[in-house]
Amino acid sequence: MSHAGSEERAGSSPYRLTFDGTAVTALPGQSVGAALVAAGIVAWRTTRREGRPRGLFCGIGVCFDCLITVDGHPGQRACLVPARDGMRLSAEGDRGGDGGDGD
Amino acid sequence: MVMAAMGTDRPMYDVAPTYDVAVVGAGPAGLAAAVGAAEAGLEVVLIDAGRLPGGQYWRHDEHSTPPAHHHGRLFARLRARLHYQRRLGRLHYLPGHQVWLIDRPRPDSGPFTLRLNGPYDTAPVERDRVRARSLVLCCGAYDRQLPLPGWELPGVMAAGGVQALLKGHRAVAGRRAVVAGTGPFLLPVATGLAQAGVRVLAVCEANPAHGWLRHLDGAVRAPAKSAEAVRYAALMARHRIPYRTRATVTEILGEDRVRGVRLDGGEVLEADLVALGWGFTPALELPLMVGAATRRDLDGSLVAVVDARQRTTVPDVLAAGETTGVGGAAPAVAEGRLAALSLAAAHGLPVDPRAVRRLRTAIRQGRAFAAALHRTYPVPDGWTDRLTERTVVCRCEEVTYGELCRARTDLGAEEPRTMKLLARPGMGWCQGRICGFAVAAVTASLTGRPATAEDLRPLSARPFAAPVTLGELAGMDESAELGESADDADEEP
Repeated sequence: MSHAGSEERAGSSPYRLTFDGTAVTALPGQSVGAALVAAGIVAWRTTRREGRPRGLFCGIGVCFDCLITVDGHPGQRACLVPARDGMRLSAEGDRGGDGGDGD
Repeated sequence: MVMAAMGTDRPMYDVAPTYDVAVVGAGPAGLAAAVGAAEAGLEVVLIDAGRLPGGQYWRHDEHSTPPAHHHGRLFARLRARLHYQRRLGRLHYLPGHQVWLIDRPRPDSGPFTLRLNGPYDTAPVERDRVRARSLVLCCGAYDRQLPLPGWELPGVMAAGGVQALLKGHRAVAGRRAVVAGTGPFLLPVATGLAQAGVRVLAVCEANPAHGWLRHLDGAVRAPAKSAEAVRYAALMARHRIPYRTRATVTEILGEDRVRGVRLDGGEVLEADLVALGWGFTPALELPLMVGAATRRDLDGSLVAVVDARQRTTVPDVLAAGETTGVGGAAPAVAEGRLAALSLAAAHGLPVDPRAVRRLRTAIRQGRAFAAALHRTYPVPDGWTDRLTERTVVCRCEEVTYGELCRARTDLGAEEPRTMKLLARPGMGWCQGRICGFAVAAVTASLTGRPATAEDLRPLSARPFAAPVTLGELAGMDESAELGESADDADEEP
């Protein structure tokens, strides 16, 4: 797992984010989901019913499997949120923040 | 250049204007429709959930452009015309805005109000609503999925999602990949992965897939597509990617993440990334929301019905591109242009009849080619036979095939609407976008009949087209308050 084509990007320095306290880097323009899978992290949500791990699936904002908490905002689609320097990401648990109640 | 152009749109009026036309979606169809309508003299607002124009087909990032063999020059021209019309003030472009509700004072007349929000909480939102006298819905499509045992494991992704990571985010999601399903789109995904350094163990094409050219009649020429096929064949050979036809992944293996796949015949391939795609299915929530008639297309997807001028069955609502049937970029652009000319004519503006004829010919040829692809790469019969008692069908609500079977046998659910109420498939976050096709097919097969448009509709209609906050719902009544959305914009895109 890696950042594809990063050799073309000598000009801009990567962003530094944290995921549950662990440092993760992201290239400018990458989504937080892309940064996580590039760092080898493929799951960050636990399902409500079976407690199963989930991460990116559709990758384009359709499936809502990749919900993540970003800077305290729960239920964000990791595939759509652009990474920013200093962002704090945390796993989405089965504590009620990932329900379909908002729709 | 793109970055400099972004974020420069400012509300042109203190009080929201009523545009002649709102185009939803900035992929091939929407770009063509918006640019065409603005050039014809109409006032246009173009709303797109993406940060950059191009949609899924022309997905790129700030540092790249779509390649030439992918109609990249056509995209570059459309994008240049988009920005030119913006500078002239004829086209208001709202990237990063999703439409969650469309309403209208009376069912068949009066301007539409489109309620907008951002794709995530802190997204900068310039407008929370726009009004327009007509709509062109170009909402695109996404990968169709068929459930199979283990497909919910992390590391299993939609083929389009894998491609989006590569093209839009310069990230790869694994080291050893299997690409499986059906259709020509599996090839660019596999070759894209290989070019990014991933070992692609196999492309598993479920269909025999020899010679889609056979399905083309003499009237249809598709030289660009043939060249594309040759190009991918060469790339597959260069990267030594095995292309297995009549090959199906029957089970995905792993505990907490994917470790491999089992093929029909029993062979196991060890992989940490599996890309699945069974063609595409259009996003139909907005056409259904405004009450447009739909039908089941040749490929089994629900699509919007349009006439020879791209008009849906609802007055002042047009549709173009995948919304009217999955067909790829070329007919989508032609349909978008035709929609623009259709609107121009409706406004009494001059329209060149030769241009209309040319576009109709292009649409006919593109649709004939798409039909040939649909016949070559159908969803294989009998795919539900691979489902087991414990196979997850609805990923959001974790509804298994066994639960659907029991809702049928014990509770008498014979159609998807009842199935949804009794077993909850399609009732979670994605509202049936991912499992809708499968739930319709499973329900029909459990009832011993083929799936129809009636089966698909209840799984495609959604009360809201995007997640909404309680505050946004409460704000619907406060129609006097305009422009409050700018408070949410705490950073530049």
